[in-house]
Amino acid sequence: MNNTISDTDNLDQPDHDAHDHHPKGLSRWLFTTNHKDIGTMYLVFSFALLFIGGGMAFVIRAELFQPGLQFIQPEFFNQMTTMHGLIMVFGVVMPAFVGLANWMVPLMIGAPDMALPRMNNWSFWILPFAFGMLLSSLFMEGGGPNFGWTFYAPLSTTYAPPSTTFFIFGVHLMGLSSIMGAINIITTILNMRAPGMTLMKMPMFVWTWLITAFLLIAVMPVLAGCVTMMLMDIHFGTSFFNAAGGGDPVMFQHIFWFFGHPEVYIMILPAFGVVSQIIPAFARKKLFGYHSMVYATASIAILSFVVWAHHMFTVGLPVAAELFFMYSTMLIAVPTGVKVFNWVSTMFRGSMTFEAPMLFSVAFVVLFTIGGLSGLMLAIAPADFQYHDTYFVVAHFHYVLVPGAIFGIIAATYYWIPKWSGYMYHEGLAQVHFWLSFIGLNLTFFPMHFLGLAGMPRRIPDYALQFADFNMITSLGAFLFGTTQLLFLYIVIRCVRGKGEPAPQKPWEGAEGLEWTVPSPAPLHTFENPPKVD
Amino acid sequence: MSQTHNPAKPPNYYVPHQSKWPIIATIAVFCLMYGLASILHSSQVGKMTPVPSWIMLIGLGLTIYMLYGWFSNVIQESRQGLYSAQLDQSFRMGMAWFIFSEVMFFAAFFGALFYARVLSVPWLGGEGDKGVSNMLWEGFSAHWPLLTNPDPELFPGPSDTIPAWQIPFLNTVILVSSSFTLTLAHHALKEDKRKLCASWLAVTVALGVIFLGFQIYEYQHAYNDLQLTLSSGIYGSTFFMLTGFHGAHVTIGTIMLAVVLIRILNGHFTKDKHFGFEASAWYWHFVDVVWLLLFTFVYVL
Amino acid sequence: MLSAFARLRDYFAYCLGILVLSPSVQAAWEVNMPKGITPVSETVYDLHMIIFYICVVIAIIVFGVMFWSIIHHRKSKGYKPANFHESTLVEIVWTAIPLLILIIMAIPATQGVFAMYNTEDSDIDIQVTGYQWKWRYQYLGEDIDFFSTLSTPRDQIDNMAAKGENYLLEVDAPLVVPVEKKIRFLLTSNDVIHAWWVPELAVKKDAIPGFINETWTYIKEPGIYRGQCAELCGKDHGFMPIVVKAVEQQEYQDWISEKKEQRRLELAKAAAEAELIWDLNELMTKGQEVYEKNCLACHQATGEGLPPVFPALKGSPIIKGDIAEHIRIVLHGQTGTAMAAYAAQLSDSDIASVVTYERNAWGQNSGDTVQPSDVAELR
Ligand code: HEA
Ligand code: HEA
Ligand code: CUA
Ligand SMILES: [Cu+2]
Repeated sequence: MNNTISDTDNLDQPDHDAHDHHPKGLSRWLFTTNHKDIGTMYLVFSFALLFIGGGMAFVIRAELFQPGLQFIQPEFFNQMTTMHGLIMVFGVVMPAFVGLANWMVPLMIGAPDMALPRMNNWSFWILPFAFGMLLSSLFMEGGGPNFGWTFYAPLSTTYAPPSTTFFIFGVHLMGLSSIMGAINIITTILNMRAPGMTLMKMPMFVWTWLITAFLLIAVMPVLAGCVTMMLMDIHFGTSFFNAAGGGDPVMFQHIFWFFGHPEVYIMILPAFGVVSQIIPAFARKKLFGYHSMVYATASIAILSFVVWAHHMFTVGLPVAAELFFMYSTMLIAVPTGVKVFNWVSTMFRGSMTFEAPMLFSVAFVVLFTIGGLSGLMLAIAPADFQYHDTYFVVAHFHYVLVPGAIFGIIAATYYWIPKWSGYMYHEGLAQVHFWLSFIGLNLTFFPMHFLGLAGMPRRIPDYALQFADFNMITSLGAFLFGTTQLLFLYIVIRCVRGKGEPAPQKPWEGAEGLEWTVPSPAPLHTFENPPKVD
Repeated sequence: MSQTHNPAKPPNYYVPHQSKWPIIATIAVFCLMYGLASILHSSQVGKMTPVPSWIMLIGLGLTIYMLYGWFSNVIQESRQGLYSAQLDQSFRMGMAWFIFSEVMFFAAFFGALFYARVLSVPWLGGEGDKGVSNMLWEGFSAHWPLLTNPDPELFPGPSDTIPAWQIPFLNTVILVSSSFTLTLAHHALKEDKRKLCASWLAVTVALGVIFLGFQIYEYQHAYNDLQLTLSSGIYGSTFFMLTGFHGAHVTIGTIMLAVVLIRILNGHFTKDKHFGFEASAWYWHFVDVVWLLLFTFVYVL
Repeated sequence: MLSAFARLRDYFAYCLGILVLSPSVQAAWEVNMPKGITPVSETVYDLHMIIFYICVVIAIIVFGVMFWSIIHHRKSKGYKPANFHESTLVEIVWTAIPLLILIIMAIPATQGVFAMYNTEDSDIDIQVTGYQWKWRYQYLGEDIDFFSTLSTPRDQIDNMAAKGENYLLEVDAPLVVPVEKKIRFLLTSNDVIHAWWVPELAVKKDAIPGFINETWTYIKEPGIYRGQCAELCGKDHGFMPIVVKAVEQQEYQDWISEKKEQRRLELAKAAAEAELIWDLNELMTKGQEVYEKNCLACHQATGEGLPPVFPALKGSPIIKGDIAEHIRIVLHGQTGTAMAAYAAQLSDSDIASVVTYERNAWGQNSGDTVQPSDVAELR
């Protein structure tokens, strides 16, 4: 090298006097260390995958529109189901929440950026590669993963297509990304709060993310261990999940669900946080029971480590285990109930208006509770013998995930997009978006309860005639719900391209928090000198 | 919102402007994983080509380049005094949570070991809640260590296991003493006795290497003389998974300590500020604790 | 194309009709769990209804309060916000009451679990083994052992023929059991995890390879009860139904003897066939039959399989290679792959003919013939 410093060598120089010099083009996104840019990338990535995962749901619903095999063969159907689940969970919900955390946590706690900005960029960029790897397996000989998003052994080991190896390494990469992302968030929250912002003054969204990050760091490595054992069983002759060598296929399920159950709370706790920001803002009244909200969230997280086998009531657990997991699962209803009651009490005697964020939040409370109550029914072990692996379960988890996690994300987007883009979204279109989504979603997922109770198993490409009517309604609902999201896409793009009213610094009358003390759109660098909180 | 930087105040939280390392790291890790996956995949479907190995090698090269470059950057910045106490705290927390994630990774394998020992093997042998399962495995009875598997044809068991009180015990002594020598090195550094620190560090690294040497010897013995292999049933599976991943961590830890040693020799670190040293030390102690658990549950009991 | 369009249009009209919710249509819809015909299924049904009603009441209260404030406490109505935001008492109350409700729910639930787990003192023991994609029933202590496979014709699945009443819920050989006897099931699997589920018995239990799970039933009324495999088990998971035929005691005894006689005859026939020397034509005819029933799901009618998990037979080195090796794979399966062992399912003449078929079908015409005695030697 000669002694002129090349451009890239200079990248890691501090930017004291470079505030107004924003890098442009691709290099802005590839090399960025800025939490807002990284947050944006996460959100865009997640939105893109929503359409891929949603497209797969379309395929599923088209095939199930009526009995008989119409469009696709069973082996492809199984790949669609598996990929749909994996993409929605790991590619849509989790990245979207990490994106929200990236954008909002530093703004809400008065930090200049995330604690470890370079690692932040790394966490994001792994994701597109991981999902590229995962999706590419669909085009390999023998097809992609076809064993459900829960990939139970030995269907996912001895009997799996060869592309499973790529699936495993894809999961490893996703895990790497999640763990680093979570370490970053937890460190930011614990170490970067503005002076005076004590833990018990943190906004609820920050609290829920603190706890979520802890869950992530605790369980993603277990998933990594789990897929590593799969890899060894497939390629190196171990017998973790094979009784012939002293292992047990059910052991796989224990390890998977030790990860899997906390995972479902990873997908809902940040949404709880979002709703706890929005409801007080639009009720113009402080969040009721802040302290008990914090304790309830923590209790849910702790309990989530000891309930995993409620997914395995029919695998033949010893009776003591069956009872233990039934009781512990039921207990989770208590702290979750506290949260629901607190939201309702926040609305009670407030002075409410119903802009889009609030509409989605109210729908969240109602529909999540319905999903939670069906979860409680599933927790009753003897009854679960009838519900298990039927569409009743599919109904349950879509109620907690779609109007739960996804509505949480949508509500957050409407609530904060003025801050991100500097423009207000189109309220009229957003109201249409809400009502079409609300109707479409209930049309899709409510009849699934009936299907499940009447005996339709999940993960089947074809079904007996008595299930035909509800399946058709479900499919029609799905098409309505799915296409409605194109409207959402339009609304978001419209905002980003600067159409619509310029947003004031604080567009919501009742909103509180540090994020509203910076201009809209938020400049690239905020709180370089920490604000004082009292 | 331009906030003026006041040089009289303690430095602000340092946020690097841009960095090429993360994206290089991404490509590096991706090439490594993709290459490895392709090697395994193609050997499974029987279409071996050299391409995957090249991808993996490129990944490896990039990884080394990236680690070197990224850490050089960080070290430079640190030595320029850009890092505030708060940033130092971020590094500490980051490292601590990373070690916690490693703990959970090992927990998965320990979980598998306990599950097999306490539940699945006895069930297959006809004991406990699911003892009827023994109907399917006539003649199998449960003993730990499992020398005869339920299906001895498919999974021929090992002829014997590694006795705890020989090499494994020696390795325990080695690893525990290495934790001591490392602490001595740390104390030396804090008292600014850099020579002494370097010597103790060197001893620690040497102990790490000796540990690994013994472990390689032990593996050879297991494979060649005892037929104790990855495919000798659940005993071999858990044995090699746990000790293997531990060994990998010892390797990483040794490399980290070696780098720290080199940095000491190059005059890095001060008696008050030496997070790189401490992080490596934490990691080393963590690896040590895992070994103690391993020694207890894999070898002794 | 046109007909597809017409079908779609008809369906659309039909759906609109449904959406109008005419009460008569509604009555035909099954929206709840069947009450079933066993003591356990009734317990489960009652439990299900209790929790359901509790959930409904909770929902009504919570949503009631919420909608009441949504309607009355709006800014547009000029409502001014109150500013209370904490009450330890209230928090304790709404922690304690749900806890109490849960404890009340836990009592019958616990009883239910114990009832389901009590497999002692059974009258009949049946071992149920899941295969990709069929069920095998072995009556322990009786010499009865048979497979049960989907019997819906392929044409119905492919929409080439009208679908029958029990579309996808019909099998060639149902499980026959007596009413008013305690029947214990020993569930296991030959390959991946399956789950044996009959809603009206409220029996669902996983069949796990290498392990045995126990469960039981006691059927009160004669009848035909249909269920399905309830654990994803590969491509034909949706096509491995279960049919249980519960009959009166006497009829059951008759069935047992008949089945035994049938099995004796089959064995005798197989023994006789094993003595014969078959010519290529005979082997091919029988071989095709065996192939279609046992091999087609994976290796496909064309013999091209679904590689790489289900490899092609046509032109494969095994089919072209050593006959003994070919027979051995059919008999004992191929460990580490999805290829199952057929020694228990097929007779010597079955295997001889199917091996012959595989070596001559799809235009391969190798001319190889395999005799039952060749198979017997390798068994
Ligand atoms: C965001 C995701 C999410 C969330 C939040 C939940 C929440 C809950 N889930 Fe769910 N669940 C899933 C996602 C989720 N689940 C998924 C994806 C699956 C399927 C995985 C697969 O197999 O593919 C699943 C499956 C699943 C099963 C296994 C079913 C089976 O396969 O047989 C069970 C069984 O217990 C269960 C229970 C519960 C319970 C008790 C809760 C509780 O947390 C709910 C608590 C909430 C309430 C109860 C409502 C509000 C409370 C009140 C208003 C208070 C008053 C109430 C009472 C006192 C009753 N879930
Ligand atoms: C957050 C998680 C999440 C979300 C948001 C969804 C969303 C949807 N899911 Fe998903 N689902 C799961 C998680 C999720 N699901 C999981 C974990 C499983 C279990 C998998 C398993 O069994 O292993 C599952 C399984 C599952 C099944 C059962 C499959 C089976 O058992 O065989 C079905 C069936 O109807 C279904 C339907 C839908 C529908 C209609 C939507 C709709 O909400 C989707 C709406 C669509 C969009 C929002 C995108 C918009 C798309 C377009 C506008 C189309 C344009 C694009 C193209 C034409 C390419 N899902
Ligand atoms: Cu067998 Cu599903
Ligand atoms: Cu769960």
